[in-house]
Amino acid sequence: MNKYSIINTRLPRVDARAKATGAARYTDDLSMTGMLYGALLQSPVAHARIKNIDTSRAKKLPGVKDVATAQEAGAVRFGVSPARYDETIFCIDKVRYIGDEIAAVAAESLESALEAASMIDVEYEELPAVLDPFEAIREGAQVIHSDYPNNIGAEVHQEFGNVEEAFKTCDYIRTDKFVNKKQDGAFLEPQACLAVYDPDEGLTLHSSTQAPHYVQRTLAMVLGLPIGKVRVVKPYVGGGFGPKASASTLELTACLMAMRTGRPVKMTFTREQVFWHSRARHQFFHELTTGVKKDGTLVALKNTCYLDGGAYSSFGIATVYYAGSLLGAPYKLPNMKYDGYRVYTNKPANGAQRGHGGVAARAAWEQQLDVIAQELGMDPIEFRLRNIMQRGDVTCNDFNMSSLGMKECLEAVRDGSQWEKKKGKLPRGKGIGVACGFFVSGAGFPIYRSETFHSTAMVKLSEDGGTVNLYTPAAEIGQGSDTILTQIAAEALGVRYGDVKIASGDTDFGVDLGAYSSRQTLMSGHAVKQAAEEAKRQVLEVLSEQLGIQADEMDIRDGLVLFKGDGVDFSALRSNYIKEHRGWTDPPTGDRLTFVEAARMAYLARGTIVGRGAYKPGELGGKYKGAAVGTSPAYGCSAQVVEVTVDMETGQVTVDRMTDAHDCGFAINRTNVEGQMQGSLSMGLGEALFEEIKFDGKGRVANPTLGEYRIPTCLDMPNVETIIIESDEPNGPFGAKEVGEGAIMPTIPAILNAVYDATGVRISELPVTSERVFNALKAKKQQ
Amino acid sequence: MKRLITLVVNKKACEIAVEPNRTVAQVLREDLGLLGTKIGCGMGDCGACTVLLDGRPVNSCLVLAVQVNGREIETIEGVSNGKDLHPVQKAFVEHGAIQCGFCTPGMVLSAKTLLEKNSSPSEPEIRKALSGNLCRCTGYQKIVEAVRQAAEMMKK
Ligand code: FES
Ligand code: FES
Repeated sequence: MNKYSIINTRLPRVDARAKATGAARYTDDLSMTGMLYGALLQSPVAHARIKNIDTSRAKKLPGVKDVATAQEAGAVRFGVSPARYDETIFCIDKVRYIGDEIAAVAAESLESALEAASMIDVEYEELPAVLDPFEAIREGAQVIHSDYPNNIGAEVHQEFGNVEEAFKTCDYIRTDKFVNKKQDGAFLEPQACLAVYDPDEGLTLHSSTQAPHYVQRTLAMVLGLPIGKVRVVKPYVGGGFGPKASASTLELTACLMAMRTGRPVKMTFTREQVFWHSRARHQFFHELTTGVKKDGTLVALKNTCYLDGGAYSSFGIATVYYAGSLLGAPYKLPNMKYDGYRVYTNKPANGAQRGHGGVAARAAWEQQLDVIAQELGMDPIEFRLRNIMQRGDVTCNDFNMSSLGMKECLEAVRDGSQWEKKKGKLPRGKGIGVACGFFVSGAGFPIYRSETFHSTAMVKLSEDGGTVNLYTPAAEIGQGSDTILTQIAAEALGVRYGDVKIASGDTDFGVDLGAYSSRQTLMSGHAVKQAAEEAKRQVLEVLSEQLGIQADEMDIRDGLVLFKGDGVDFSALRSNYIKEHRGWTDPPTGDRLTFVEAARMAYLARGTIVGRGAYKPGELGGKYKGAAVGTSPAYGCSAQVVEVTVDMETGQVTVDRMTDAHDCGFAINRTNVEGQMQGSLSMGLGEALFEEIKFDGKGRVANPTLGEYRIPTCLDMPNVETIIIESDEPNGPFGAKEVGEGAIMPTIPAILNAVYDATGVRISELPVTSERVFNALKAKKQQ
Repeated sequence: MKRLITLVVNKKACEIAVEPNRTVAQVLREDLGLLGTKIGCGMGDCGACTVLLDGRPVNSCLVLAVQVNGREIETIEGVSNGKDLHPVQKAFVEHGAIQCGFCTPGMVLSAKTLLEKNSSPSEPEIRKALSGNLCRCTGYQKIVEAVRQAAEMMKK
């Protein structure tokens, strides 16, 4: 018999049917009687002082119910990290990027709201726009936030070991620069929200968010409401990938206007507004110096990075740490130094996106490691294996790899791709490349300083015994957490998959920090498992009392009670159940006692059976400044081999094949794990080959459509061979850890390394367009 | 000024008064309550709003309601007959082709049209048929596999 019935399977998602039939409701699908529509007025200039705002014309338009500016919204600052609150609902004295929110209107129809917003007259005194981060840090540059006169919003300086001394012992040292481009989340569902205010009940916000809990706290703080009077509910969400992980002006504005008018207010971004709001991948300028010994031993890494942050901090203070701390591992590297600077510019704010902070760094370094391997005359896989970390290893910055199937991943992609037959043996124009990466399974600390649990959960058995209600505030955003948590609850309780009914994404259910940093399988999973086990314990206790058998002599599995001993007589219990259920259509039969009967008896004996769960990580990480960022109870890891064809005439790159192995600890749902791997690779491929937010000379996003900002279509994606590695994470529920972000880490560098193998040229600026490859080939020919 | 149009939606005749600037996507969602049609861009770029117009997939955000006067539309709500899922939907459910689900209604309709015309499409044919429908979550592989599986189911 299998150890498990429900987990480690390929059960279909709990929400698949609703989504396949169009029945699933997303935020913009909601409406209410009396609902108003909101529209924003956003800045048409990148940097200016606001001299005057005149709303009188807008207010007179028929159908307009509210016009709000900073005067109405107040000056309470918010943001992501309390140490860097630099946003207000509306701009107060200055606009800082094209798209910055100045005012909003609520009206009977969206058309009137939009028209009224366009009738708000704003007088600007334009300031020089600072669009380039290196211009921004120059002496005398225009200041964007007065609190940061040098335009550096956050900087990080860390050293582990002694890099300069270590370099002296190296046989080979090289320095490379690397730059990516600002990327967009490009989730298919634009942000939307619907705010409802009732003076007695308080405020309810339905929102397309990844983090209901953080939104709840921000709303309460900014709008001056007690937290208990603010409820955030998340309907189905059409993807997030990071940019939806914090509270936004859209949400705050809808709430503000709902409170002011007493009517529900709905607001939805257009696709263009999604691009303006952004909070997606930063642009990173890395300079890396790596030193090794002749035998391929990695010795030291020096990493300097400038991040183009855009106009506000968003997640940036974490991003600037991650751009340093997510290097080193998964290799044994004793010396590492990092200097990071996140710079304000007059462009849309950058934030967190899949692989937060680490993706560009990883691309830069894994390409450099490839060069080094070649210089040393070593096979790139052999070189990586020589330095690979294993279970139990701790990085120089104190990340504990409590499980790590990195070596297994690398060997799996080597064998799965037939690396040895191909590396160095492919014709010109064909290439193969490899890379590795790792990521956290949940941030070790909440974004605000607190002793809070990171996840709570509640399991309630229905009084008839037939249904298990799982209440979790965790956020299903498409990644599949509702399915994973349902499976965990069913397995831990011993019932069938279909017996569990999940309700999620509602702050009324408790605290869960949300869907970011790949945390929910591990953290919410722990809470759910604990809640289910507690409910099970109570049922077994009642059975024990009634049958006179020790609780540990029994178990529950697949909806049936298992007795370790033979000949247990439960007939009295069964007749009692049947007597209770006279006239019902489904009396229990068969020679096994069912969970339904047991749960009903437990209810009769004790009242409603409720199990509770709560999780927070134990003590993590070092004591140095910034040690919190990057710590996690567990780390997932990935290795990839990519094969490409490069057209040597045009420079056009086609990805032919990808082999990906990911260590997720233990796969709760194998189909979902593969889906996360494939989705990550697709996002990485897009970023590697063509995704790039472009700006005109005035700081306006030049390609704010899904036509001009190209993401991969199904013609761009090859089939991926997905290999699941399971390393049994001691800190994970059932041994599980992340898959949502680690899998994107190796994609870009594996492509870059394959492009080199095909062409002999190294590309150090993304995206790898045909033009860039063409020029590099031409330059090489001329040498 | 509003114009009265008649059309057949999911096999049911209906008559609605529409403003000339309203799109089919808006009318389906706001006037007819058919919320399964999704709007991802409103500009013809993403395919989330795909519906079948006289049996052919179109981006309903680009078609004006007045243009469909007298014509027939099928939305995602018309694909399954009540309780039973269409083989394409079934395959999507079973094969992990759905993550956030925002692209799913459009994908299902594009895939269904393909399979009605071509009962054993090759992988390139499947990919070509779905190339107007963006998906940010899945990397497309399980969607393509699901379409192949649906083709098998439909042959039986
Ligand atoms: S919403 Fe119609 S194509 Fe995107
Ligand atoms: S499943 Fe999310 S866009 Fe396709």
